[in-house]
Amino acid sequence: MASGVKPRVKVPKTASAGETIEIKTLISHTMESGQRKDSDGNVIPRSIINRFTAEFNGQNVIDVTLEPAISTNPYFQFEAIVPETGEFLFKWYDDDGSVYEETKAVTVS
Amino acid sequence: MKLTRRNLLITSSAGMAALAMGSLPAFASLTDDEIAKITGGAELGEGAITLDAPEIAENGNTVPIGVSAPGAVSIVLFADGNPVPNVATFKFGPLSGSRTASTRIRLARTQNVIAIAEMEDGSFQKASANIKVTIGGCGG
Amino acid sequence: MRRKDRMRNQVALGLAISALAFGASAEPDDDRLVVNGEIEMVTETAAPEHMEGVKTIYSGWRFRSDETQAFQIDDFDNPSMIWVETAQEVWETPEGAADKSCSSCHEGVESMAGIKAVYPKWSDAAGKVVTLEQQVNNCREERMEAEAWKYDGGDMTNMIALLASVSRGMPVNVAIDGPAQSTWEQGKDIYYTRFGQLEMSCANCHEDNYGNMIRADHLSQGQINGFPTYRLKNTKLNAVHARFKGCVRDTRAETFKPGSPEFVALELYVASRGNGLSVEGPSVRN
Repeated sequence: MASGVKPRVKVPKTASAGETIEIKTLISHTMESGQRKDSDGNVIPRSIINRFTAEFNGQNVIDVTLEPAISTNPYFQFEAIVPETGEFLFKWYDDDGSVYEETKAVTVS
Repeated sequence: MKLTRRNLLITSSAGMAALAMGSLPAFASLTDDEIAKITGGAELGEGAITLDAPEIAENGNTVPIGVSAPGAVSIVLFADGNPVPNVATFKFGPLSGSRTASTRIRLARTQNVIAIAEMEDGSFQKASANIKVTIGGCGG
Repeated sequence: MRRKDRMRNQVALGLAISALAFGASAEPDDDRLVVNGEIEMVTETAAPEHMEGVKTIYSGWRFRSDETQAFQIDDFDNPSMIWVETAQEVWETPEGAADKSCSSCHEGVESMAGIKAVYPKWSDAAGKVVTLEQQVNNCREERMEAEAWKYDGGDMTNMIALLASVSRGMPVNVAIDGPAQSTWEQGKDIYYTRFGQLEMSCANCHEDNYGNMIRADHLSQGQINGFPTYRLKNTKLNAVHARFKGCVRDTRAETFKPGSPEFVALELYVASRGNGLSVEGPSVRN
């Protein structure tokens, strides 16, 4: 697991049934591109988050494939439909096999 | 301080910038190859994608990009002047609230960002934006 | 609307470039900064009386493009906040032989509102002007009996970002008289002294040429009310002394060290050139 990786997610706590809400996500990660060299001239191996998914009560919202051209500390903003009270699950997949997860509950009133 | 070559480049018309880019056909065709992999060579429509990008990026390390294509199943982003043109692929699921996404990307130089959307009817759409990438004053 | 913004950018850039050619000064933009829809920032105000060469002072935010400015308008769009949250956890975590955390003495970090605005400041105990970093390390060594942090290391810069965040919107108000005066004058000397093979002083860029383009960069007044600052360039939080070091290095000089008496004095002086602007840290710049 890469060090210092910390996810952050912004989701409204409440929504009305069927409402479209805005979601923002950020995760601290160096996103080493594999294009850089160290001071000895050796290529620094690629180490990035290569996939990000968001789902709500088991149903997919968005599935993103990331390439090294995504900036350090990857940021995504998108919209989701909230049909009922439930929980968002966000997952970030690291090249090193780690999966970072974050959940957020939303109450439909 | 003088009017430098860089300033001249910035003040020059988009056409001049395009001309400068013209010396890099290898990258452009790499992008075309990647696009063909997705579309299978199908014709690319235009007009259904909105690509929100700065005309001038203050730093190429972190360039905000937004893309929106109502009716899209997925959207793929390319940067045709990067060593590897692929940037990201957004696949929209059943609970997607809109076919919209924003992110922040790396651009190695002034270049075109290209979005290809696969629509629900199986057709493809394209949009592109030229982004001028500047660097800091003294590298500090 | 977006197209209009771009047009405005273009026009601003064009103006800046013609300013170069004609030697006139191009203004910063006229955007207003309200963070999270609630913290109204003063990004332009009358220069403090001690400044002779400048009538109006501007936050560096005003010299950035609309896209860069947008990073700072919402705390979620501001990547700095990840490290502010990290520091918030550190604030409450006991450390050192005394088994104390910051919160053992200071309770919630909100109790520190206003502190960032008045540092660097004279310390009777230390018998000199100290920066907030030095005060934090003093707490760590004396109260917590923990090891001092590296002056401009990540742990320290995160903590300073947390302390700045609770003072956001409050006016910078460092004292330059009384026991601090001689340090302030030393800082002023450094500000106007030409350093390095390029023989450039802080003032050459940030007083004489703010608003002009230095190559492709729109030169600001070099205000430090937004520090620590997340730079798009290196995608991390930058401490103010690390930034000073970068500037001095770029004049091709041997630089002072972060935490050195020279940089403490310079920080006091540069902070005093921003008296009246809002504390903005952690800000976002290019």
